[in-house]
Amino acid sequence: MDKAPAASVPQRPLAQARLPRWAPAGIAAASIAVGVGIGLGAGLDSKVQWGLIALIVFIVGTYGLAARVEGTRQAKDRIATSLVWSCFVLAALPLYSLLVTTIAKGLTVLDGNFLSHSMNGVLTLYPGGGVYHAIIGTLEQVLIATIIAAPIGLLTAVYLVEYGKGRLAKVVTFFVDVMTGIPSIVAGLFILTLWILMLGFGYSGFAGSLALAILMMPVVVRSTEEMLKLVPNELREASLALGVPKWRTIMKVVLPTAIGGITTGVMLAVARIAGESAPIALLVFGSAQINSNPFDGPQASLPFYIFQQYQNGNQPSYDRAWAAALVLIAFVMILNMAARGIARWKAPKTGR
Amino acid sequence: MDITTQSPAPPPPVEKAAGGTVTRPGDKIFSGLSRGSGILLLVIMAAIALFLTVRAVNAISKDHGNFLTTFEWNASATPPVFGIAVLAYGTVVSSIIALILAVPVSVGIALFISHYAPRRLATPISFVIDLLAAVPSIIYGLWGALFLVPHLVGLNKWLDEYLGWTVVFKSSNPEAARSLFTVGILLAIMILPIITNVSREVFNQVPRMHEEAALALGATRWETIRLSVLPFARSGIISATMLGLGRALGETMAVATVLSASPILSIHILDPVGGTFSQNIVAKFGEADEFGRDALIASGLVLFVITLLVNGAARAIIARRKEYSGANA
Repeated sequence: MDKAPAASVPQRPLAQARLPRWAPAGIAAASIAVGVGIGLGAGLDSKVQWGLIALIVFIVGTYGLAARVEGTRQAKDRIATSLVWSCFVLAALPLYSLLVTTIAKGLTVLDGNFLSHSMNGVLTLYPGGGVYHAIIGTLEQVLIATIIAAPIGLLTAVYLVEYGKGRLAKVVTFFVDVMTGIPSIVAGLFILTLWILMLGFGYSGFAGSLALAILMMPVVVRSTEEMLKLVPNELREASLALGVPKWRTIMKVVLPTAIGGITTGVMLAVARIAGESAPIALLVFGSAQINSNPFDGPQASLPFYIFQQYQNGNQPSYDRAWAAALVLIAFVMILNMAARGIARWKAPKTGR
Repeated sequence: MDITTQSPAPPPPVEKAAGGTVTRPGDKIFSGLSRGSGILLLVIMAAIALFLTVRAVNAISKDHGNFLTTFEWNASATPPVFGIAVLAYGTVVSSIIALILAVPVSVGIALFISHYAPRRLATPISFVIDLLAAVPSIIYGLWGALFLVPHLVGLNKWLDEYLGWTVVFKSSNPEAARSLFTVGILLAIMILPIITNVSREVFNQVPRMHEEAALALGATRWETIRLSVLPFARSGIISATMLGLGRALGETMAVATVLSASPILSIHILDPVGGTFSQNIVAKFGEADEFGRDALIASGLVLFVITLLVNGAARAIIARRKEYSGANA
């Protein structure tokens, strides 16, 4: 605050004047009332506009009031607080809208029949059909990708934490980081070049799995690495001091200690690749029929099914797309929840 | 392997161990396997670059247009004419819009979680942010195309009417919202979680003493953040931004569903024209012949190189300050 000469303001109190504690709530209520009032009065049909008006009134009102009573510094602080709060609301809105829309629209056609039938012989212009073939495809592709990527990712993380010293480890760390950022479409193009154009194999679920594995590896490495670093060194030293070879120490002491976190990391990675559709579009090609052999012929997959139904561009297809989206979201969310549950249940024993 | 733990004849093994390192086959195999996996990752990265380059060179050498400046994408025409000008423009513009929208909001949320929210709220909020990250991109695409696009028409008209004089927001058809601007909004929502998570990690690393010193000098909470938190976290925020940029550049399905693509390069970001690298690949792949695929691979290589540079730079910034555990996001 500016240094006012003490003589001119002798009775200045030590404690600054403050707005009462209920002031933010009061201003918020008032500004919502103003927003609704203006919205109704001017006949604005969009509720978002009402909210925006209320927000602007709230911010201006808070600033004006606080600047009068508490001074500009406090007013700025209050502005920052309300901006930060509105950032959070801004982020929650799309998630809320997305979930509500998906659930509301998805439930219109989602039933047992939808889950147990394929699109074979179903004309896309008409309702009917289901996602059974897509669920099979997704499960198989994701399973194969996990079988390929999880061991490689795990071993790489073990190398980085337990063995890695010197240049190679640094290079690997850096490229694992960079690899996390590879666009999924590029991974798809790479497998397309290698597997289909150069080696001459056809479209198959397995080709898709290879691309998914590439996307999954760095994620597994990063999460496993973090978990292994949490294992206390005393455990390793105790084991080595008993004469246990290093590889058995890792297998029997280090990995079991961190197994909860590692499982969580792998499951989160699975959840991430389960929603990938770009590589599937290039490599698996989609199919309306049930094909339970991932090594031969085009397969369907849930995310790609959604894309295809969207592209059909008619209402029954949109309905199917929403229902499939609901199935996919449920699958991914259940994996996420389960992963977090395991993380909490088997949290690494870091000592206290 | 239990031999070493048997104790009837202690002296010989002890001397052997004291004499030097004991190499066991199990150890060799295991360390070899784990090192091999690390090397395999490097090989994959190298192979991606190599294979894409080979096909791309093949395609570009037969291109009858200038690969960098041609607008249209007619790889199946004779002679083939295709170029990445529109795609590169669309990719960069939509990503920049996404960053402009997402970075302030993400930093705000990160501040909210680390400094503003009551402790009981902070955990559920980070959980919500993680959920936002877990939603598959195709579902964002579906939601964007069927829900967001119709709801943005009003905003489009408003921007066109009141901000049209800036040229950027001039729209020839404000009723159609399938524009790069809409794509940018959708991408902003999608990259919000990664920027938030990395910034939050950085904010939590700010030394407690810096903040307490500021508070002790009588600073308000906002002044504390402005004077001690943000300066400390600046490089972290920059790298978080670049990680978000890397993700926005490569996003495929959300763009493919929302954007109404056409080979027109327009400064008016509300016009439903343009394209991005990955959107173009998915859209043109179905009808592409062998050569057309090579051409698409060439555009994919450009995308690969761009994201590699952006991500590499972001990681390098993070690595300079090793203590940021945010690097694992």
